[in-house]
Amino acid sequence: MFEKALKGNTNYRIWLAILGVFMAIGGLCYIHQFNTGLGTTGMGRDISWGLYISQFTFLVGVAAGGVMLVLPYYIHNYKAFGKITILGEFLAIAALLMCLMFIMADLGQPIRALNVMLHPTPHSMLFWDMIVLNGYLFLNILCGWVILTAERKGVKPPKWIYIFVYTSIPFAISIHTVTAMLYCGLPGRHFWLSAIIAPRFLASAFAAGPALIVFIALILKRVANFDAGKEALNKMVTIILYAALINAFFVGLEFFVGYYSNIPGHMHTLQYLFFGLEHHGHMYNNLVPFMWGFVVLCIGGIILLAIPYTRKQNEFTLGLGCLMIFIALWLDKGIGFVLGGFVPNPLHEIVEYTPSLNEIMITIGVWSTGFFILTILYKIAVGVEHEIEN
Amino acid sequence: MIYNSGKIYTGLIIFVLFITFPIWYNHLDAGTLPDPQKVENAKECVAPVAEMKATHMQLLNQWRDDVLRDGDRAFNVEADGKMYQKSLQKTCMKCHTSKKKFCDTCHEYASVTPYCWDCHVAPVEPAAKGDMN
Amino acid sequence: MDKNRRNFLKVAGISTLAGLGAPAIVDRVISGKGEGEVFASGGAAGHHGAEPTEHHGEGNTESHKEEKTGTRYGMVIDTRQFNANPKLGVKCVDACHKMHNVPEFPKGDKNEIKWIWLTNHENAFPEHSQQFKDKDTADNKVLVTCNHCENPPCVRACPTKATFKNKDGIVMMDFHRCIGCRFCMAACPYGARSFNWLEPKTILPTPTNPDYPRRMRGVVEKCNFCADRLALGEKPACVAAAGHSGAMIFGDLNDPNSEIRKVLKENFTIQRKPSLGTNPSVFYIV
Repeated sequence: MFEKALKGNTNYRIWLAILGVFMAIGGLCYIHQFNTGLGTTGMGRDISWGLYISQFTFLVGVAAGGVMLVLPYYIHNYKAFGKITILGEFLAIAALLMCLMFIMADLGQPIRALNVMLHPTPHSMLFWDMIVLNGYLFLNILCGWVILTAERKGVKPPKWIYIFVYTSIPFAISIHTVTAMLYCGLPGRHFWLSAIIAPRFLASAFAAGPALIVFIALILKRVANFDAGKEALNKMVTIILYAALINAFFVGLEFFVGYYSNIPGHMHTLQYLFFGLEHHGHMYNNLVPFMWGFVVLCIGGIILLAIPYTRKQNEFTLGLGCLMIFIALWLDKGIGFVLGGFVPNPLHEIVEYTPSLNEIMITIGVWSTGFFILTILYKIAVGVEHEIEN
Repeated sequence: MIYNSGKIYTGLIIFVLFITFPIWYNHLDAGTLPDPQKVENAKECVAPVAEMKATHMQLLNQWRDDVLRDGDRAFNVEADGKMYQKSLQKTCMKCHTSKKKFCDTCHEYASVTPYCWDCHVAPVEPAAKGDMN
Repeated sequence: MDKNRRNFLKVAGISTLAGLGAPAIVDRVISGKGEGEVFASGGAAGHHGAEPTEHHGEGNTESHKEEKTGTRYGMVIDTRQFNANPKLGVKCVDACHKMHNVPEFPKGDKNEIKWIWLTNHENAFPEHSQQFKDKDTADNKVLVTCNHCENPPCVRACPTKATFKNKDGIVMMDFHRCIGCRFCMAACPYGARSFNWLEPKTILPTPTNPDYPRRMRGVVEKCNFCADRLALGEKPACVAAAGHSGAMIFGDLNDPNSEIRKVLKENFTIQRKPSLGTNPSVFYIV
């Protein structure tokens, strides 16, 4: 089926070429980082995880979000999702590959990465994360490919594949739960030490993943003549809405616990993220604009998706609403959550993080690689759909 | 009967030539064998020479884990009951005094780059211009 | 109906079994028992039994491989002595960093590497009351380092066992194995861990101590209680630098007759962030 990715119109080639340029720049920047060390990033002794791990965390959510299509279609036999379930599975593949690339980019000794398997350590959450991420990647490649091949031949998918399809559902939940456990099991990091982190991650994932799929489906309708169907999109928007609201509710709960209990450790990071934290006469607030961006985009997106006119009658506002939600959740989890957790540091000093240009280019390079893979996978999927229709 | 036999055989020949590139490029000659520095201030090593030649890397890995992870720093040489400290810097390099003339000669020949000296400090080269790295 | 009920009972039975079994599995995973005694769970000092233990390592003539000494090395830092002698703290830090080829960085540099350092009282003990500080705590700095916790969160986090608790209760780093994921740095509640953001060789071209290795870039490092010196029967570098001032007392916390236990018995001491359950092995007399 790969041959379908090789043929395409000019726009398709230009789009891939643009991504290719960013991939090449990212690759060169990575070579520089590999030869010099992670000192080329903005990370340091106090903010020891930066853009790479925060992007990883967000993208695990995007990957898990695909299950919001798989679950209704395969468990509840919701037929309207038949055409776009493959989009969810392929998005998961691209997102997981980005996750793995971000992890590799973040390792100080990437050549030793397989030590995780050579010296398996079940009490480390990273060990389990490795297992569930790779497992989920394998399941999505297998299920996506087998089912698409069957569709193309006009036959029913083989029965055995459903075992893997059903297994992929708890795996989707587990990738984001285990990723949350990387953070919420650490003593002394008050912002992360909250039992609500895993459900909050899932809520945000179930909004961000489907929001991206709806946005892309609207683009595919214009550029590839692929119609996901009104009913499917409408149902997905409902899922996005509820998930985004639940995420916002959970964020609100964190605020209540922090500020009502008045325990400094529970307030510091929220204060730093949303209002700025004053320390020895200096105001530390470089993440504040991002967090208010999150609030505004989240509310704006929810409004656009909730009003029947902007949601059902106008595809532009529908796409805009989904994009707003996606960016909002990226700001919340892909920026604020991970970076904020390091402020203040364990000795209650405040150090702020600014990514370096090299680091930003690597990050863009990984995103470009992910979208490159996603474009090719979607080209194949759409090509097969067209083939069936003819 | 093989279809496209011409293409297949040509392909196979190219493949075989490609993977044997290092052999014929060097005219079937393995080059001069390395001659590592001879030890003058000691008669015996912690293990027989043949064994050391073949397995010194495993031994060093074992020593590393013993010392660092199990706190087991002694090493018992079976032949003469002498005790040696399990240490690259403090034992091996006390007899093999030159990294360049001992370690590097073979490693360069075999084209391997062990990462020992990324961190461990090589002895000051005797006579040579004391290059620490 | 009957069939449904049977199915229900089957499912209920299996779930109950799973429910009973799960906590045991979770317990094993969390305590890491499956991997040998990587770290002991729970318990305060003396948990391992208080039998007098032999100080091993002096003669270094026997293999200790299988031997469990039940030692738990610890340290008491007497801040009164450091307050009385303000130059002593810097001396201890220098001794350690020179001994272990820790390069010097400008203070506050993001790439800084610290094994032991001086900080304000409020930073060392953020959980303690900082209102109306007395002159001594307001004016003086406190030595902080790795606490070699009895329940180290860093060991729990490490995905390769590159950081582990050895048989003497020391939280060790295996630089050869570390993949540089920095999970341990996020897990440590004391900020005791540093990462080699850059190539150490370029920062420290000539090692300050040729007998001790430098590190490669991309691995985490921290205080190791001078495990290599202990094996030779010597005190840790910082303790040796503090000399006979009594400012730093080092010894086996599990040995009721040790000097450190005597000091602990005679003085009121505090640990850093005791509420986290890590049970630090470094104690402070304030």
